[in-house]
Amino acid sequence: MKKAELRLTGSGGQGVILATIILAEAAFFDKKKVVQSQSYGPEARGGMCKAEVVIDDNPITYTKVATPNFLLALTQASFNKFHETVTDDAVVMVDHTVQVPEEYRKSHNVVMIPILETASVVIGNPMSANIVAVGAINEALGLCTVESLEKSVTGRIPKGTEELNIRALHAGMALVKASVGH
Amino acid sequence: MADRFALLQGNEACVEGAITAGMRFYSGYPITPSTEIAEGSAVRLPQVGGKFVQMEDEIGGIAAAIGASVVGVKSMTATSGPGFSLKQENIGYAAIAEIPVVVVDVQRSGPSTGLPTSPSQGDVMQARWGTHGDHPVIAISPCSVQDTYYQTIRCFNLAEKYRTPVILLMDEIVGHMREGIELVPEEELPEEFKIVNRDNNMVDGKPYACAKGEYVPHQPPFGTGTRYNITGLYSNEYGFPTNDNDIANAKATRLMEKIEKNLDDILDYEEENLDDATVAIVCYGGTTRAVMEAVAQLRNQGVKAGMFRPVTVWPFPEQRLKEIAKKVKTVLVVEHNYGQLVEEVEKVVKGAAKVEFLGKWDGTTITPAQIINKVKEVSKNAK
Amino acid sequence: MPSKLVEKTFRMENLPHIWCPGCGHGILMRDVAQAIENCNLDPEKVVIVSGIGCSSRAAGYMNFNTLHTAHGRAIAFATGIKMANPELTVIVITGDGDCTAIGGNHLIHACRRNIDITVVVFNNNIYGMTGGQYSPTTPTGEKGTTAPYGNIDNVFDITGLAQAAGATYTARGTAYHATQTIKLIENGIKNKGFSLIEGVSVCPTYYGRKNKKGSVVKMMNWQKDNAIDVKKAANMDEKELKGKLIIGEFYNNPSTTGEYTERYDEIIKKLGGDK
Repeated sequence: MKKAELRLTGSGGQGVILATIILAEAAFFDKKKVVQSQSYGPEARGGMCKAEVVIDDNPITYTKVATPNFLLALTQASFNKFHETVTDDAVVMVDHTVQVPEEYRKSHNVVMIPILETASVVIGNPMSANIVAVGAINEALGLCTVESLEKSVTGRIPKGTEELNIRALHAGMALVKASVGH
Repeated sequence: MADRFALLQGNEACVEGAITAGMRFYSGYPITPSTEIAEGSAVRLPQVGGKFVQMEDEIGGIAAAIGASVVGVKSMTATSGPGFSLKQENIGYAAIAEIPVVVVDVQRSGPSTGLPTSPSQGDVMQARWGTHGDHPVIAISPCSVQDTYYQTIRCFNLAEKYRTPVILLMDEIVGHMREGIELVPEEELPEEFKIVNRDNNMVDGKPYACAKGEYVPHQPPFGTGTRYNITGLYSNEYGFPTNDNDIANAKATRLMEKIEKNLDDILDYEEENLDDATVAIVCYGGTTRAVMEAVAQLRNQGVKAGMFRPVTVWPFPEQRLKEIAKKVKTVLVVEHNYGQLVEEVEKVVKGAAKVEFLGKWDGTTITPAQIINKVKEVSKNAK
Repeated sequence: MPSKLVEKTFRMENLPHIWCPGCGHGILMRDVAQAIENCNLDPEKVVIVSGIGCSSRAAGYMNFNTLHTAHGRAIAFATGIKMANPELTVIVITGDGDCTAIGGNHLIHACRRNIDITVVVFNNNIYGMTGGQYSPTTPTGEKGTTAPYGNIDNVFDITGLAQAAGATYTARGTAYHATQTIKLIENGIKNKGFSLIEGVSVCPTYYGRKNKKGSVVKMMNWQKDNAIDVKKAANMDEKELKGKLIIGEFYNNPSTTGEYTERYDEIIKKLGGDK
């Protein structure tokens, strides 16, 4: 596979760090080399949050992502801050509430899907948005086996929420399948 | 318990390494970005019959850890910059009283509260000279999650063997990133990381006496049948305080010599592509991985760059760097501070090569591209 | 000839001690040794931890496992010792400055945990080792080298502070009342929890001279004439108690929540960590 350098961004509390951990762990289960990292401010909730994961077949030297070939932006603020720094062929995934300039859409591979709405309306819990995103990202990039993803999700989320989160994962996959189908 | 293969943070790997090394006591105070080490120790220690205590402050954190070590229990405390400053007096205590203890400093941006969640390597000189007075110190800087697991074990081994505080000099980058690692069990550890336990057979029946040609005393743990005194004052071979300058001189010199005379055993460093290099890039801890990437890319572009990474930052691998400096044109030091280890490098290189510096102190990290540009720039200067 | 107690419990080769003639610390140190003896403890299993200051030199003279630590930190070191090996009897010898100024935070938190440590504070109302600066127990209005115009600080009530913070045994004795003080320390050691015994000392060299307290004999006589047992004091009013020194056992109430190391051992057992 091509070295994947993912940057996931959003608002603190949306669980983008956990999303990168799950992606990294699932890829690790699939015997890939992975590095996951994050940066955040002092706020536990509401601040800008950025988390990254590098996935490769070969040992990874530099642990951070300089120019990502995948960007997730769950909020307008995070899109505004991070959308310029991506590779030319990057997949840019945004929640459908985010305003993306027409020009940017033409020059970039933008996947616009209702992640937050799917979590709150379809799954019934806005807290599951990060897991919806994980499903969507994996469907778009084909990083890990679904089996490994499910294993990582169930190991990392609170006990008793397994069923809900597995549904969220598959709902995320379906969002991308549907959008690619268009 | 963690699986043998697991995706762990550097901080979590530190806890697992410590448990494998035999840590059975942890005391500390919460501080970002080291908190996961306290949290992990609180979870893991009672599972293996060990103890965790959250102390009232940073000073209490190291004091209790030294206390536990006095009764023979391998112990550790962890902190970050502000707490590292507070612990300094007792690092000196452990050094003069010759009590093994592992002190983890997950460096963050400073001074003072600085940028608490941002990476830095601003404590590298504090690790060497933070406590007052001449004193021995060993400080090891890991560069990956797997390395953190192994180097934590090595810290305990060196602390036990040399009866001195050993600092695991981590940074926010390594502490907070996650990588897949193998938690190699004790019985399968590579030779260089085999578990060391302190030798408690006293020399001549005196707790602080050393065998001829050796520099480490064998004082037994409290409660095991030898009643003696431990103090932070200069003291005689029974541990009793003295104002005798000859005794003080002998002890002060021995404390330094126990490191200096055992460099072959203590020193560790990593080299890459140095054989034909014209530029040697010196890095440690959190800058290492960016340098590795830069060296790989530079080599692809035909630039003869190599990497020299002190694993033991203190004692500094002087002799090896001297040899390297003779063969290259430029030594470039890359570190996340305003220029600290570079001064040690200058002292060692002494004009044998041009010493250049690339640093960052704004809480962001140095990228491979910045290193590549700097190498190209300094290569031009060297011509 | 030294007494049998001194021969048995002190490091004869390290005596005489460094304290000034007339200092109350020697008496208090002997009280601690006698209390240990009265408890029939195996000296191999007794650890004495001290900090820095005049009081803290006591550890080096006593023939037990002795740890002379950093200024203010004795109780924190002792916490690690007790946690790591609860079968040891851990006694801290400290001073008023060591224990309640620089080490005050460790004191109150060890009280709060009710960890089985016995702290004996040699209170001489002054920083003696550094030459007579005022301490948290120098009476308001009196002088020290750093309170040349009279001390304007209010004083700490050490036993009251310990009790409020959660100590399960508190008491006060004096250098003069050796027999009573030995018993108080003995009871403190026997308490399965945090115990604090304040031993009011005398410092003729600094505190006494600076405040014109007269000879050592006069200072000791003051303790004799002004100490009131806590039981007797209960029937006296504020006016009668003014200027008096209340001594005796103030609080002896094994905690309902249990001792700290025992509570931690319960966690270990629950997790199967003891196997």
